[in-house]
Amino acid sequence: MQVFNFKQSLNFMRLKWPAIVLSTLLILGSFVSFFTKGINWGLDFTGGTVIEVGFAQSADLPAVRQTLTAAGYGDAVVQLFGTSRDVLIRVPLRTDVDQSTLGDSVIKALNAAQSEAVTMRRIEFVGPSVGEELKEDGGLAMLVALIGILLYVTMRFEWRLSVGAVLALFHDVTLTMGLFSVLGLEFDLTVLAAILALIGYSINDTIVVFDRIRESFRKLRDTSVDDTINDAITSTLNRTVITSLTTVLVLVVLFYMGGALIHGFATALLFGIAIGTYSSIYVASAIAEILGISREDMLPPPPVEKEGENTDALL
Amino acid sequence: MLNQNPVWRYLVVVGMLLLALVYALPNLYPEDPALNISATRGGTVSEDIRAQIEQGFTEAGITTKAVELDNGQVLARFNSTEDQLQAREVASQLLGTNYITALNLAPATPDWLTSIGASPMKLGLDLRGGVHFLMAVDMKAALDKNLNDMVQTFRTDLREEKIRYRTVQADLANGQVQLSLRSVEDVAAAEAALKKRDRELVFTPGADELTVLVSISEIRLKEIREYALEQNITIIRNRVNEIGVAEPLVQRQGADRIVVQLPGVQDTAQAKEILGATASLEFRLVDEEGDLAAALEGRVPPNAELYYTRDGRPLLLEKRIMLTGEHITGASSAYDEYSRPQVSIKLDAKGGNMLSAATRDSIGRRMASVFIEYKPGTEIGADGNPVLVKQQEVINDATIQARLGRDFRITGISSPGEAQNLATLLRAGALIAPIQIIEERTIGPSLGKENIELGVTAIQWGMVAVLIFMVIYYKAFGMVANLALVANLILIVGVMSMIPGATLTLPGMAGIVLTVGMAVDANVLIFERIREELAEGRSVQQAIHHGYDRAFATIADSNITTLLVALILFGIGTGPVKGFAVTLAIGILTSIFTAVVGTRLLVNLFWGGRRVQSLPI
Repeated sequence: MQVFNFKQSLNFMRLKWPAIVLSTLLILGSFVSFFTKGINWGLDFTGGTVIEVGFAQSADLPAVRQTLTAAGYGDAVVQLFGTSRDVLIRVPLRTDVDQSTLGDSVIKALNAAQSEAVTMRRIEFVGPSVGEELKEDGGLAMLVALIGILLYVTMRFEWRLSVGAVLALFHDVTLTMGLFSVLGLEFDLTVLAAILALIGYSINDTIVVFDRIRESFRKLRDTSVDDTINDAITSTLNRTVITSLTTVLVLVVLFYMGGALIHGFATALLFGIAIGTYSSIYVASAIAEILGISREDMLPPPPVEKEGENTDALL
Repeated sequence: MLNQNPVWRYLVVVGMLLLALVYALPNLYPEDPALNISATRGGTVSEDIRAQIEQGFTEAGITTKAVELDNGQVLARFNSTEDQLQAREVASQLLGTNYITALNLAPATPDWLTSIGASPMKLGLDLRGGVHFLMAVDMKAALDKNLNDMVQTFRTDLREEKIRYRTVQADLANGQVQLSLRSVEDVAAAEAALKKRDRELVFTPGADELTVLVSISEIRLKEIREYALEQNITIIRNRVNEIGVAEPLVQRQGADRIVVQLPGVQDTAQAKEILGATASLEFRLVDEEGDLAAALEGRVPPNAELYYTRDGRPLLLEKRIMLTGEHITGASSAYDEYSRPQVSIKLDAKGGNMLSAATRDSIGRRMASVFIEYKPGTEIGADGNPVLVKQQEVINDATIQARLGRDFRITGISSPGEAQNLATLLRAGALIAPIQIIEERTIGPSLGKENIELGVTAIQWGMVAVLIFMVIYYKAFGMVANLALVANLILIVGVMSMIPGATLTLPGMAGIVLTVGMAVDANVLIFERIREELAEGRSVQQAIHHGYDRAFATIADSNITTLLVALILFGIGTGPVKGFAVTLAIGILTSIFTAVVGTRLLVNLFWGGRRVQSLPI
């Protein structure tokens, strides 16, 4: 069984300019969303308190809100989490109450209003300084990862490919964060982990295509650069699709069976992998092409002439 | 002939898989509800006590699986959680406050596995339930206290040197002490005198020629911060032991942070109360004239109080407090000139003066150190938590040999361990830089269990989906890839169980699921390559050989970059992100091994080195 079986290379590079325009527009759109809508940063980044409680029966959200308002937490956001019996309560950072005891007192207030005691499932409190540091550390991790990849790809391949790879990663990360911004999905620590994993996945995809581009350049002579790249992409297309498919398969399972805590993680990766597959073809390769990659850049370095090689052997 | 492998290669790979399998096995055994009984303050539990506990359980009609003494602690295993809870009551009534009983889940690893060092994976708090605190030490308070001490010291020093000064003031905002003197000569003399006493001081000219600003060197600042942090860690360690948690974690993080993890603790309010409770220390003279026997019967002399030492010896102490622990700036265990253990104590300037005055007329008398702390008692308060009970005990009493000053030592201590213990207690009772909880995560036990179940189901179904897909798409070769995938999972679990620092978290489980999806990538690359080679008309053996050969460079390049990302994540991330990075990195390494080395052996075994017309790919 085989998904694609092409007799001839597909002309991917014909669409490179439309693709670049599309990607540029999407990136611009993401940035517009960052500045207008912003990102719905989760507790890990903003600081504050999140309390997850379990009710014996389906929770009555208006009643919960009322109880909390009466207890002085009118600014709390109450929502269902995963099932109709689990309730998530978010209380923003406040200066007037001791944050470290807030979780306990909310649960006490809920228990007092309820005939059946609620079960504490999770209390998380993050101080303001911690969230800021996390943003900085996360940003730093991404930056260091991008620089590391830039150096490695330059060393193993060529600088044009390296620029293409890093721009493709930047593209993937920006669009994924853009999606979270446009849809207003919560961006928490697991989403950060997903984006970093996405960097790993997407670079994997890109490298496979690059490897083939290098090989095609060495194999095909008297072929235009466009056609060489087309040939490389076409011959790796099966692999690209199959690997994306198995990964997506697993992520769909994770999305539906991994529980509410892992939803953001699965969403970010599902979207990111779709984007990453597209970008390894159209962003990474197209940019390397536009930067003027040629066969000469890809040929193996001429063998170093060894001293005494041309002299006759003594024996 | 192409594509044949020597037998030893098969043996090595099978051997490695078996090893991983054996080390992964402990994860399959369920955990026993257990009680962990240890002595307070680093003491050990004797065999007598162990027998006493076992007998106590039998008398109460609780059936135990085992009551073992290990590393000076008793571990009792039970059949059910009800037995475990009942046994806790029995044990705490039997043993009193000198022992700590903690509820625990003990892995039921069989002896033959334990004997080769195999143990189940460590689970993160998000999977086992418990509380995680991140605390910040208020370094400003520690530095401010130091500045105030400096002011006191300078005043005394200048007076002793007979240098007249106008003012000595602490400038807390700038971290300096401002000296204001009467003449230019005095400025020079004061600088010289103070410098002689403390080489770490840094002098800078002030606003006019009669003032001078004194600050302390970076090295000293660092020392003060380190000391404040270490002191807090020591205190928290002691307190955590009081809470009675099995396998607690107290660890420094960065320059001024402390991470505390208490698995299984649900009542965070109580945990916070205990961690935040203050311990203090008092030095008092022993009342040797008072009638101890009468005091024991209830007739305590009016100017004295009855105390007990740690080993239960009664002692009458004077009511007057000579010195409190807040003046202690350092306490460390060391050896005297005869190599006997001793504890050296440093006081601040005020404390030095107080002690000097108090001991002037008391040479030859005995001085006792009283340690005071608050522990949760057996009584339950209105809020449902145990009421904190004040506990006081004499941790040391020694004869005053000479008039004591800012530096003194306690000698005649029986063992180096005892000296260290005493130094720890003295530090714990001293005033410290206050700490503040800046992050708290509590995971209920039900959520922890659910998270494990969710993670395991996700891994199972993710595996099943990929396995089915591979068989349909690559037929027999798909089966080979599937064997590699299963082997990969065993290797990941085996390696995670072997590495002591690796902890499985929920994001870590997501990492495993992701690896399952990505691990087949290497096989997809290889198989696609073999198909291509076949399509180009190569022979079957040539196609297998070239397929593996050519795909390997690609696999190596792409996985090295992913590994790079995992390492960066590990280096920079904290907590759950770290857990994710660990599983991702392990998964990449094991998947290269199984997908490249493992499948090659299988492919060679089935189709290599013989005449095959076509491949089932």
